[in-house]
Amino acid sequence: MRRLLFIALFAWAWVAGAKEAPSAAQDPVLEARVLHIAAELRCLVCQNQTIADSHADLAVDLRRQVREMLQQGRSDQEVFDYMTARYGDFVLYRPPVRSTTLLLWFGPGAMAVIGLVLLVLVLRRRSRMPAENFDKEESDAGSNAPGA
Amino acid sequence: MIPEIGHFSLWLALGVAWVLGILPIAGAARNRADWMALARPCAYTLFFLVTLAFACLMASFIRHDFSVLYVASNSNSALPIEYRIAGVWGGHEGSLLLWVQMLSIWMLAVALFSRHLPQAVLARILAVMGLIAVGFLLFMLLTSNPFDRLFPAPMEGRDLNPLLQDPGMVTHPPMLYMGYVGFSVAFAFALAALIGGNLDATWARWTRPWTTVAWAFLTIGIALGSSWAYYVLGWGGWWFWDPVENASLMPWLLGTALIHSLAVTEKRNSFKSWTVLLAILAFSFSLLGTFLVRSGVLSSVHAFATDPRRGLFILAFLTVVVGSSFALYAWRAPSVGLGARFAVLSKETTLLANNVLLLVAAGAVMLGTLYPLLLDALGMGKLSVGPPYFDAVFLPLMAPAVFLMGIGPLARWKEAQAPDLAQRLRWAAGVAVGCALATGWLAGELHLVATLGLLMSFWIVASVATDLLERVHPAGSPWAQAPARMRQIPRALAGMMLAHVGVAVFCFGVTMVKAYEVESDAKMATGDSTTVRGYTFTFRGTREYSGPNYEALQGRIDVTQGGREVAVLSPEKRIYRVQKNPMTQASIDSGLTRDLYVSLGEPVEGGAWIVRVYVKPFIDWIWGGCMLMALGGLLAVADRRYRRKQATDPVAHAAPLAGTAP
Amino acid sequence: MKYARALVPLVVFLGLVWFLAAGLWLDPKEVPSPLIGKPAPAFTLTRLDDAAQSIRREDMLGKVWMLNVWASWCVACREEHPVLVEFARKKLLPIYGLNYKDERAAGLKWIANFGNPYDASLFDQDGRVGIDFGVYGVPETFIIDREGVVRFKQIGPVTPEVLRDRIEPLVRKLNG
Repeated sequence: MRRLLFIALFAWAWVAGAKEAPSAAQDPVLEARVLHIAAELRCLVCQNQTIADSHADLAVDLRRQVREMLQQGRSDQEVFDYMTARYGDFVLYRPPVRSTTLLLWFGPGAMAVIGLVLLVLVLRRRSRMPAENFDKEESDAGSNAPGA
Repeated sequence: MIPEIGHFSLWLALGVAWVLGILPIAGAARNRADWMALARPCAYTLFFLVTLAFACLMASFIRHDFSVLYVASNSNSALPIEYRIAGVWGGHEGSLLLWVQMLSIWMLAVALFSRHLPQAVLARILAVMGLIAVGFLLFMLLTSNPFDRLFPAPMEGRDLNPLLQDPGMVTHPPMLYMGYVGFSVAFAFALAALIGGNLDATWARWTRPWTTVAWAFLTIGIALGSSWAYYVLGWGGWWFWDPVENASLMPWLLGTALIHSLAVTEKRNSFKSWTVLLAILAFSFSLLGTFLVRSGVLSSVHAFATDPRRGLFILAFLTVVVGSSFALYAWRAPSVGLGARFAVLSKETTLLANNVLLLVAAGAVMLGTLYPLLLDALGMGKLSVGPPYFDAVFLPLMAPAVFLMGIGPLARWKEAQAPDLAQRLRWAAGVAVGCALATGWLAGELHLVATLGLLMSFWIVASVATDLLERVHPAGSPWAQAPARMRQIPRALAGMMLAHVGVAVFCFGVTMVKAYEVESDAKMATGDSTTVRGYTFTFRGTREYSGPNYEALQGRIDVTQGGREVAVLSPEKRIYRVQKNPMTQASIDSGLTRDLYVSLGEPVEGGAWIVRVYVKPFIDWIWGGCMLMALGGLLAVADRRYRRKQATDPVAHAAPLAGTAP
Repeated sequence: MKYARALVPLVVFLGLVWFLAAGLWLDPKEVPSPLIGKPAPAFTLTRLDDAAQSIRREDMLGKVWMLNVWASWCVACREEHPVLVEFARKKLLPIYGLNYKDERAAGLKWIANFGNPYDASLFDQDGRVGIDFGVYGVPETFIIDREGVVRFKQIGPVTPEVLRDRIEPLVRKLNG
């Protein structure tokens, strides 16, 4: 945040010859990859932000680290491995699939399947019940008329 | 003096809440009309006392009374008036007071608009709400008193967090809390029904409007929070799956399930114990959210300053309230009847399936939010669960729910025929697919996921259109009669259609933004320009200015399209004088079909800046869709049948629980 | 049987409460180090007081030592520093500093003002060595054994209690 001492540092704008602004990185494709990876890494000094979004010094440093690694030709997975070797799984916003996270990744799907199966079973069981268990049917004249 | 009045008022309110929590409910059990009659006056008194306390706190803010610790921590003499008012709920203690204020407003509303309710039922409802008030008032008075004094009083306050000095702060928390707290009404209705044994269609008709209004407020509150994050946080995101955001989404999902479930219970007297369970769950998740946000168990950008002692209190309160409700449910629910019969394929089933999916979605969000805590508590390491997880898990759950949304309204009650439905919906399906593909093609490229999202959105609209068409132009009826038939559509139905269209609009916005948003970071010196999606952004330099309580550096960016000027954007970097945090203020040009979003990044040598430019297509449709949903809900509540004089609505009509003494 | 099914919500809820209660005593933001039990990362850094001299990881093998990450701009380091200065007097083990993302002049001035418990301070201007050590906040302190394996990491200031209860026993054990 030292660089935010705009009070003294910035004189009024000077025209340097209008031109098409260069992309912030020399290579937009690389930059897109950097941001894509950075969006999955947690900024550890912030409460809950990615290093893509955070302005913290550590976030800026780690983004630079990611950029350099990609420039050296490393793969996305190698970058993630580099970060977890130093900071642990906590730094990944996409939790790895492991024995300890099976419940996490497969839980929702399992719940959906179980829920719908239970629903079908309950409905089937109800359809086999005798009519006395249910309310007496009054005239159905009104039940399907507009009036939800 | 004023803070003392406020403080005393809260103690009195606590006393009244105790009386309200005990006597009317005992009176209902023992049939003592005099005790039951205390319910309304107690609710009125409670409202008066809480409002008085709230007014005292607000007055302390407005008057810059820094001898009050809470005011000194959240305000400043240079803080503009609107943020002094909003600052009342800017911190933990004040936001608790806002919670209780909302509760007292809902209790007042219930007390006022309940002429049709039997006395015993009203007594139980207000008593339950009174007990909830007891919990929150005790919490405030014992651990989080907003009226604590500070000696010696400082000359200056520490200022409201600059991120909160925004119009969003004035509207988002009150709307959100109206929603959260509003589910306590459905909760109280549910407990009253379980205790009194009158769980039936009439009960559902009483409960429904209250729940729908609370749900509408919660929808608006969440939408406001999301749009506020979007324009204030400087990087254009609108949902982060942050624990506090999830804490508001879970009650919303359950509330949505609840309003649909209540529709079935009202109409067909079915799903009774399920609806009651949902009503308990919705408010339980509201309370869980309160716990998560204030206890420090989860790390979040939105969390309040934490203290394990406070966390323990809320947890104990949560355990008592929710635990006893579930215990009551376990005791009474098995004797609730099955209601009317319905076939395996019917409108009831589609609604039940929708409920299951919404419940599973809420469960998935809860699983992801609490999993880090789960592993840590079991000593199995530390983990982060973020947007990549939630996006991967949540969207596939919502897709079938949206599919059902297109079918449910057209299905018949009691029994529906699959071939009949397929026949009626075939045009809708075809149109939906066609429009989805056409939109993708017009936007420039087709993605699989984007096409699916668009398909969901068009499917809903096509289904609503089909439904509408069937009603205004049924077989054999001439077009001339259509306007008359249109006017005959009950507001409840119109509300449903509007709300569903709102969901479609929301899906459309989300899909378009995620799939077709463009971001560009450019190093710009004065005079430089960059072109994104046909819009040319030219940097015109910066200037400094002083705000009421901050110093700002403001950039100017001219936007043109095809030579024609479109907008002038002024992104800023601010430093607030008191807390000295730097803040990035984005500048946005909003349009119906796109937002142009610009923010200043870092300065580079030579007076140039890294400027972030986004073109976000249809992003405002996200919040527009939410507003339509809420409007649909409010329209539905305005249905005439809720305002019919209930002349023949005695307790005798209510079906008693099988097996209990009449 | 019906009653059993109706009890499910209550049972699940009580289980949840148990976890939430356990969570109250945990700190969600504390990040344990994955380096414990692994070799310390390789580094070559100049000394803070002498840019011509370098220290490498290999130079540190054969002794048990403490690495304390500090900076002149770090407020919490000022709280911790007297504790370290006092601890250094006992000469239990060599203490090396890692001057993290700082300016040489500022760092030297800070030590001159507040005391120097370090045998030497390593100058890590761009923070890369810090990243290799998994540093995310300042101050942090590591204990490294004779084989160069990281044995302990303290996140946040070192207090007399931490020294007495955790660091000193560990150092005694490692020293044999």
